[in-house]
Amino acid sequence: MTSSSALVAIPAWNEEGSIGDVIAKVNEHQPDADVLVVDDGSSDATATLAAKAGATVVSLPFNVGVGGAMRTAFLYAQRHGYTALVQVDADGQHDPADLDALIRGLEQADVVVGTRFHPDSMYFVGGPRKWAMVMLSKALSRMSRGPISDPTSGFRSAGPRAIDLFALEYPADYLGDTVGSLAIAIRRGLTVHEVPVTMYFRQTGRPSKNALWSALYLGRATLAILATSLKRGTARTDAA
Amino acid sequence: MTATILAIVASIVTFVFVFWLLRRGVLREKYAVLWLLVSGAALVLAIIPGALRWISDLLGVETPSNLLFFVTVVLLVLVSVQLSYELSRHEARIRRLAEEVALLRNQVSQESGGHGNT
Repeated sequence: MTSSSALVAIPAWNEEGSIGDVIAKVNEHQPDADVLVVDDGSSDATATLAAKAGATVVSLPFNVGVGGAMRTAFLYAQRHGYTALVQVDADGQHDPADLDALIRGLEQADVVVGTRFHPDSMYFVGGPRKWAMVMLSKALSRMSRGPISDPTSGFRSAGPRAIDLFALEYPADYLGDTVGSLAIAIRRGLTVHEVPVTMYFRQTGRPSKNALWSALYLGRATLAILATSLKRGTARTDAA
Repeated sequence: MTATILAIVASIVTFVFVFWLLRRGVLREKYAVLWLLVSGAALVLAIIPGALRWISDLLGVETPSNLLFFVTVVLLVLVSVQLSYELSRHEARIRRLAEEVALLRNQVSQESGGHGNT
């Protein structure tokens, strides 16, 4: 069905301002990869512009969140026989130049997470938000017996085993799509590696960073990890 | 006496209402049965005031109404949890259906020579 084996999946919800550019840059850096845009119930021209830019577009009938959009992408990858899937944000904060490292990382791991925390990184967080992220990172690193410094990064890739797993089970809850999915992968014995990536600050809708927000954030993330750790087997209701 | 009449009327109204919903096919049997049983039990307790006192004595509860409140709260909590469970399951299923619809729509437009999206 397909000539290339890598699929670049872009979950997009009302991103008409950036989607065209993102697809063009992905094509420029990865001319052999196929680009799939999962339009998560957008009410703007996201789907049309994505198709015009040459991407395959899958449109969800209503907004289901990043987790749902990604599971759709994993299902698509599984059914079309892709052996690698790279997730890229539609808002342009991920640099497609890093795609190569994320795909090559799959030679040694089932999941590769692009981390924003490395010596050359321009990305800084401080205060309570940082403590929350450090705690999450420690919890997941301990589970995986390897460093996962940036568990909330949405710039990541998945190999064949991870595609099969995530097509079946990918959390839709807040933070489930990032932290929760890593916990699921680790629990199923998949290997998770990380590579340094460049990430730009979001142009709009910058997340708030006060202490209350961080406490809630940490609480929900902990819940996401706990829910996964305590869950037995695949969610029956989720399976087809 | 007024309290007794009120209790009898309330339980009968509930029973009839649930039965009506069931007949119209709005309420599924598995939910209707529970409420029919509850309103039936309430009716029995309303008609025979001694019944509640007898059960309270049997369980060692001093004030019969407290037993009633306790049982009611427990019942309502259980029902809420059950409904949350059903709702979660339905959300998961609806999400799965949405994903399938999206993929099918893509497949159909590919096969009919479209450009992947309408």
